[in-house]
Amino acid sequence: MKHNYDVVVIGAGPAGLASAIEAKKAGAEKVLVIERDREPGGILLQCIHNGFGLHTFKEDLPGPAYAQRFIDEARALGIDFMLDTMVMEITPERLLWLSSARKGYFSIDAKAIVLAMGCRERTRPQIRIPGMRPAGVFTAGTAQRWVNVQGFMPGKRFVILGSGDIGMIMARRLTLEGARVESVLEVQSYLSGLMRNYVQCLEDWNVPLHLRHTVKRVIGKNRVEAVEAVAVDEKWQFVPGTERIIPCDTLLLSVGLIPENELSKKAGILLSAVTGGPVVDQNFQTNFPGIFAAGNVVHVYDLVDYVSEAGNQAGHGAALFANGTLAKPQKSIKVNAGKNVRYVVPQFLDPQALKDEAIVLQCRVTQPIEEDVWFEVRSESQSIVRRSDRYARPGEMVSVKLTPSMFDDVLKAGELFLDIYAKSEA
Amino acid sequence: MEEKNFICTACPMGCKLIVRLDGNEVVQVLGHRCRRGENYGAQEATTPKRMLATTVRARGGLHPLLPVYTSAEVPKAKMQEILAILRDVDITCPVKMGDVILKDIADTGVDILASRDL
Amino acid sequence: MQNNAYDIIIIGGGVVGSMIARFLSRYELKLLLIEKETDLCMGASSANTAIIHAGYDPLPGSLKAKLNVRGNAMFEQLSQELGFAFERSGDMVVAIGEEEWPNLLALYEMGKQNGVPDMRLFDADEVKRREPKINPSAIGALWAGTTGIVDPFQATIATAENAVMNGATVLFNTSFEDFIIEDGQIKGIKTNRGYFRARWIINVAGIYADAVMHLANSNPDFKITPRRGEYYVFDPADVQINNVLFPVPSAKGKGILVTTTVHGNTIAGPNAQIIADKEDTATTAEGMQEVLEGAQKLVPGINPRFTIATFAGLRAMGNAPCKTPGVDYHADFLIEIAPEIHGLINVAGIESPGLSASPAIAEYVVELLKDAGENLKEKSDFNPIRPARPRFRTMSHAERQALVQTDPAYARVICRCENITEAEIVREIHAPIPATTYDAIKRRTWLGTGRCQGGFDMPLVTQILARELGISELEVSKRGDGSRFLFRRSKDIQEGDHEA
Repeated sequence: MKHNYDVVVIGAGPAGLASAIEAKKAGAEKVLVIERDREPGGILLQCIHNGFGLHTFKEDLPGPAYAQRFIDEARALGIDFMLDTMVMEITPERLLWLSSARKGYFSIDAKAIVLAMGCRERTRPQIRIPGMRPAGVFTAGTAQRWVNVQGFMPGKRFVILGSGDIGMIMARRLTLEGARVESVLEVQSYLSGLMRNYVQCLEDWNVPLHLRHTVKRVIGKNRVEAVEAVAVDEKWQFVPGTERIIPCDTLLLSVGLIPENELSKKAGILLSAVTGGPVVDQNFQTNFPGIFAAGNVVHVYDLVDYVSEAGNQAGHGAALFANGTLAKPQKSIKVNAGKNVRYVVPQFLDPQALKDEAIVLQCRVTQPIEEDVWFEVRSESQSIVRRSDRYARPGEMVSVKLTPSMFDDVLKAGELFLDIYAKSEA
Repeated sequence: MEEKNFICTACPMGCKLIVRLDGNEVVQVLGHRCRRGENYGAQEATTPKRMLATTVRARGGLHPLLPVYTSAEVPKAKMQEILAILRDVDITCPVKMGDVILKDIADTGVDILASRDL
Repeated sequence: MQNNAYDIIIIGGGVVGSMIARFLSRYELKLLLIEKETDLCMGASSANTAIIHAGYDPLPGSLKAKLNVRGNAMFEQLSQELGFAFERSGDMVVAIGEEEWPNLLALYEMGKQNGVPDMRLFDADEVKRREPKINPSAIGALWAGTTGIVDPFQATIATAENAVMNGATVLFNTSFEDFIIEDGQIKGIKTNRGYFRARWIINVAGIYADAVMHLANSNPDFKITPRRGEYYVFDPADVQINNVLFPVPSAKGKGILVTTTVHGNTIAGPNAQIIADKEDTATTAEGMQEVLEGAQKLVPGINPRFTIATFAGLRAMGNAPCKTPGVDYHADFLIEIAPEIHGLINVAGIESPGLSASPAIAEYVVELLKDAGENLKEKSDFNPIRPARPRFRTMSHAERQALVQTDPAYARVICRCENITEAEIVREIHAPIPATTYDAIKRRTWLGTGRCQGGFDMPLVTQILARELGISELEVSKRGDGSRFLFRRSKDIQEGDHEA
């Protein structure tokens, strides 16, 4: 069996759905979305809480409703879906090997590919919590799927490690479902997730948050019986004498997300050591022409609305590439993470693209700043643009827009740098 | 005079609000940096409200649960009552996104809506 | 109760118990293997370096030395007959700094005395050529070409499965409680699941082998001291080494090594801590630091950020004296017909190189039985072949296309990191020794061992286990009833749940 498509999108989460829709609208004729689950929607389907769509739809929607709108639009546009299908391999020549219980094991060709595999959760070994290996240590997302989709409770009494948004949201969700959440522990001195989630998920339901605390040890042979919590200092070293045994049957981990790039890696796509995702240009094109990447597969976003926007851009680029109308890069300028910036996406841009359209740089701050700050883009020799805000926090993505009016400055620059600093330091 | 403290969630800034009350009357909101924050503080001090999203049992669908949400914010004080009502709901598929699962739940004037097709 | 009568009962389903069952299943014997856990390979056999040692390390003259070298030579044929992964990789014992060279030479001499073939000394250039990531201070190495790497889970399970194919019975959740002794002879055993009679009991109870033999007043001075070892598993994408790398051993043992596995991961470990509790397989912050430093001594580029799993296991260190005259050694294997009572064979103190020696130990036990006058008659229909089941992850595109024709469920990928499919899981659940828990599936298929550590597959495998075993998902467990994943259905809130 050999199919040929203009644009093939890997993953039917928010990035993939938006990519496919935009690719179709931008003139790609045959668009296919491949999804390993039995239905499209991705992780949004288990994120049943509200808070999605405030930018895209100016509405406060639950995750499944946000996904449903894109699914309905994709179906109405005649986009093909292959569900319950795993992509096993992609090649730089844009051949895809697929495995599906219904259709077998086969390959397809695509003129352009959009990677939209999303991200996965960091696990217990990655943060190296010592102790026994009983049942009852789960990532927050695994528990979320059980509780919200498959309909099972994986515990009665929980401790949550990490104040990421999924962890806090699960604290509320589990409480609503009749479980008890003893504590949320966060190794940093600040919240990992959004303040709104602290108020509505923890404070509202009397779940205590302990900053600068972590789990020293998991106790229990077969099932978790307790965890030993401990305070840490600025260097994350345990503070002796602060150990405390918290009886519980489940430890949930909400300790970070990592872009899911096994396919990209195997294909030889260039990945960033900082983001874990492909290095991309302003069209979200990777180092392989015709292979684009969008959403959490590139870097981990804070809001789904921005994931959809990225999907739009990648899908647009993929459609133009498939139709042979994507402008060939004239020059490629490196965009560097400057002062107090962990990374910037895109990592490269072609100044010519700035002639007609704005380019948004997205980044994450390294250390939080709780006062008025500048976000500044500069070349080696001059400031190009800066905007201000009242704070900069690692939990929230920061965007800085380059507009066509800056074209001359950018064209002159050998490289670009993005800095974040307090106004008081300027 | 009573004082209540809140973290504002009207935007991601997270301003620390102080609301002064005389009985159930808001006298003053302090610590906000915008009008939305002032309104949030006043509301939070008198009748705090939240959106609620949860699940109800479903039969005949791809999954045993249907995610649902409130069509508008509901008073925090009614949360447990609403959850108790929803625990006994058992719907039959197919359902379309936006279908009203329950009207005017717990006399709040707010409906319970399906979050997706199932 | 005649169904409960056997010729021989083996206590313990680790690799040695399984090998003994398989070697005995060649003969006209009614065999029973009992295991207290829910599966085979849940003790020391599951937590080790997965290396088939060449045999230069045990003291010349010891039973360990003899059975290690013999066992090593048996693995090629065994792995082919039983269909488990085994590679003769060779290994390097690397001297870091001039001061380690004399000990390395001593090791070479021991290897020669033990009869280890294919050993050579490498200079620094050769070591660096073979392992570019090695510590630049390496001055040379001892190479042993017969060292191998194996999947210890497969080796145990495939071996026991072949015994079952040849008529042996394996019972899980069955723990030994006492012997049945009549007229000063052992006539059987009492377990949590009733009495089983047999003419011979083979005690292969691992860390508990001392307690078992003491119930028959055998070797009252023999004692097993649990020695805990901790390990790292690294992501193959981040740490790639080419060799099995040992440090030069010290008084503390073989030391912390860095090795490749048959699955392509790199593992590092173990340290050695004497502990009191025979169930304490916890990792510790201090221990993991010790292992890390040991691993970095060999391969400085190893970074703990590359970790995908950590684990700890207990080695059953015994205090049996070496029986060779003139060899002063008090931690040898204890493999004997119990001198104190008729009907008991002890196989105890089997720490490293236990996995390497396991087939030779089984062969040795067969000889002991023959020496004791057992008239072992070979079965006419003994089938030594246990075919490997298909593994989608290691196949080419063409092989996969052919495989999914036989069952479409081979095309449904359940474990995305390791590419394990639904059909593979289902076949393990319905195998001659059925996998009934999540960990049992993991041991057999390597599912859930990758970067996401089961986060994605666990809800799906739970569904498959429930469906295939005809149980509720609430009854599915990690490794037995005490380790269930799920407590109740969402929505079914009970009174008092909030208080828990």
